[in-house]
Amino acid sequence: MPLVNGGKITDDRFVKLAVDTPLPEGGDILVPAERFLGEAEGLLKRAGKVGVIWPNNRDIAELVPYLGQIAAVALVFPTFRDGRAYSQARLLRERYNYRGELRATGQVLRDQFVFMLRAGFDAFEVKKQADAEAFMQTAKRYSVFYQPTGDGRITALHRRMQLRHSEGVGT
Amino acid sequence: MYAYDEIDRTLVNERVSEFRDQVKRRLSGELTEDEFKILRLQNGVYLQLHAYMFRVAIPYGTLATNQMRALAHVARKYDRGYGHFTTRQNIQFNWIKLAELPDALEDLAKVGIHAMQTSGNNMRNVTSDQWAGVAPGEIEDPRIWSELIRQHTTLHPEFSFLPRKFKIAITASDHDRAAIKIHDIGLRLIKNEKGETGFEVLVGGGLGRTPFIAKTIKHFVHGRDILSYIEAILRVYNQYGRRDNIYKARIKILVHELGIEKFSREVEDEWQHIRNSSLQIDEEVIEDIRSRFTYPVYEKLPHMPDELRQAAADPDFEAWRKNSVAPHKVQGYSIVTISLKPTGGPPGDATAEQMDALADLADKYSFGEIRVGHEQNLALPHVAKRDLPALWKALDKLGLATPNVNLITDIIACPGLDYCSLANARSIPIAQELTRRFANHELANLIGRLHINISGCINACGHHHVGHIGILGVEKNGEEVYQITIGGRADENAALGTLIGPGVKFDEVADVVEDIVEAYLALRERPEELFMDTVKRLGVEPFKERVYATR
Repeated sequence: MPLVNGGKITDDRFVKLAVDTPLPEGGDILVPAERFLGEAEGLLKRAGKVGVIWPNNRDIAELVPYLGQIAAVALVFPTFRDGRAYSQARLLRERYNYRGELRATGQVLRDQFVFMLRAGFDAFEVKKQADAEAFMQTAKRYSVFYQPTGDGRITALHRRMQLRHSEGVGT
Repeated sequence: MYAYDEIDRTLVNERVSEFRDQVKRRLSGELTEDEFKILRLQNGVYLQLHAYMFRVAIPYGTLATNQMRALAHVARKYDRGYGHFTTRQNIQFNWIKLAELPDALEDLAKVGIHAMQTSGNNMRNVTSDQWAGVAPGEIEDPRIWSELIRQHTTLHPEFSFLPRKFKIAITASDHDRAAIKIHDIGLRLIKNEKGETGFEVLVGGGLGRTPFIAKTIKHFVHGRDILSYIEAILRVYNQYGRRDNIYKARIKILVHELGIEKFSREVEDEWQHIRNSSLQIDEEVIEDIRSRFTYPVYEKLPHMPDELRQAAADPDFEAWRKNSVAPHKVQGYSIVTISLKPTGGPPGDATAEQMDALADLADKYSFGEIRVGHEQNLALPHVAKRDLPALWKALDKLGLATPNVNLITDIIACPGLDYCSLANARSIPIAQELTRRFANHELANLIGRLHINISGCINACGHHHVGHIGILGVEKNGEEVYQITIGGRADENAALGTLIGPGVKFDEVADVVEDIVEAYLALRERPEELFMDTVKRLGVEPFKERVYATR
């Protein structure tokens, strides 16, 4: 499954560990939430970077104490119909100011890219090669956004206010 | 009338081009049907019994005449020459071809119409009072806020994959014509003691398999906070709404399972985090939206013009005027409801010719504006009283002057088994038979206000739970059986109807309705006592006795 990071298809530096996989000596690892919470201290002492795979039905606030020490959070879309991870992503970015890698995993298709970018994701495990290759093109599909989110894109309402002021209307 | 600016137009065009690409990928096999299904639903495309069905949004029920003509054009070019107005200010086309859908969307986009989120598990078309802006006594025009919310809910990055569909309705009048209490969020525009605009917020209404009347979650949310408050409700719902069972996934079930107190505490907690964010609306933003609504420049006209006085001699005109013409907030003008319920016709249908002709009449007599109501009728919102006789003649020629608004033949019905892949039973033929049984307008007037609502399955698109008489078609041992309820209502006193007894067969339904009506006529204390009031006074028993005495 191709990984898109920073807008490009890249190699995945993280190795995913299951609940019972032996801990590798070095290298970057992605650990399931339960294991991470159980072994956090030991995991964070390792040489490599640590990321957490967080299920979409667990309160993201539990992860907050560790956000400064982890390098990645992988949120899960079991099917693309299930949108819980969008809320988790926005909370991580906008409420808890998480700045590390925020990765979308599961059924990730190109038709979700814009929503995901707006919710704060910056890394994508894309299901289909063709979708991964179309990432940059798809990400530019929209130029108008009605809602303010933490991604910093200017909203339609805001743009209208700027236009009004520059035209001197409404004074 | 709201006019799109370049920003709105750009977004709709970007959406059309995205959907064109999605259809292309589906046709080439790049997208599986399972994947495509979600995407097409988000663009208003269902796969029905015979063909794809295409649902187009008419936000808060306001249409300009060029938009109505574009709908007629779609009916003619891509469909079979007619469209069906729904109970949520949408129009449906029943025979559309998948490969042509992007073209149809593009044609509509040119006049500022879209089909975004008219189906699927996202925030649906925002609906409002079809008399918004013209009803006497209205607090202020609720469409300004409807448009603000329409924009905010369009392609929302967090809430486009909710547990289930999500519907918002807004009213600003004492008499609720928008049925806000059967919506996921109902907003009642009010003023606080300082005269500031805000909303009573209701949550958790909905029909379907498990009907609930919405409960008040907050008595006053200031207008500037309305987006953050809605966002808080949705964030709680998106995370905690059930996704394990489609029949328990609506917010009404979450509200019911948590209880309104706990649910409102969750929302309140979330809201405190986000209310002072960029979601706060300043007055200037509202002003900007308001400035893109145009209002007619009304003339100073007499309350009773000569034209009206003269036409009063014609009993047919008078029958129509008394039935279909309502007071306007400006003297000398009226609101005209156009019945889409002709005798023997499917409720809510209009032909392309009727749509075009109505657009012409609206240009001539209603400042180019048409409205769509949840009762599946249309309205011309600004007709000068002096023009009423001429308008009536023109409508009558088009078959659009049936004087049955709010009467027993003004039936709300879903498409039922004639079109819908979910239906268990037919709806339209029941409605057609009832309009024939009660075709005599004197009889219908004698009966007075009485709403019949028909659904062809438990999903309740015909809102049968809130019909004064509700008819629900189900399937039992391979046969269509109809359950009859009475005493429901969808207005400010919304209530669910009560089942009167065992289901009856297809060809008995009209007889049963006749029995109920006869019982009512015999039981009412005086002619002014409406059906609803008699049911309220006496309960269902006497009606039940009458219906089942001989069955």
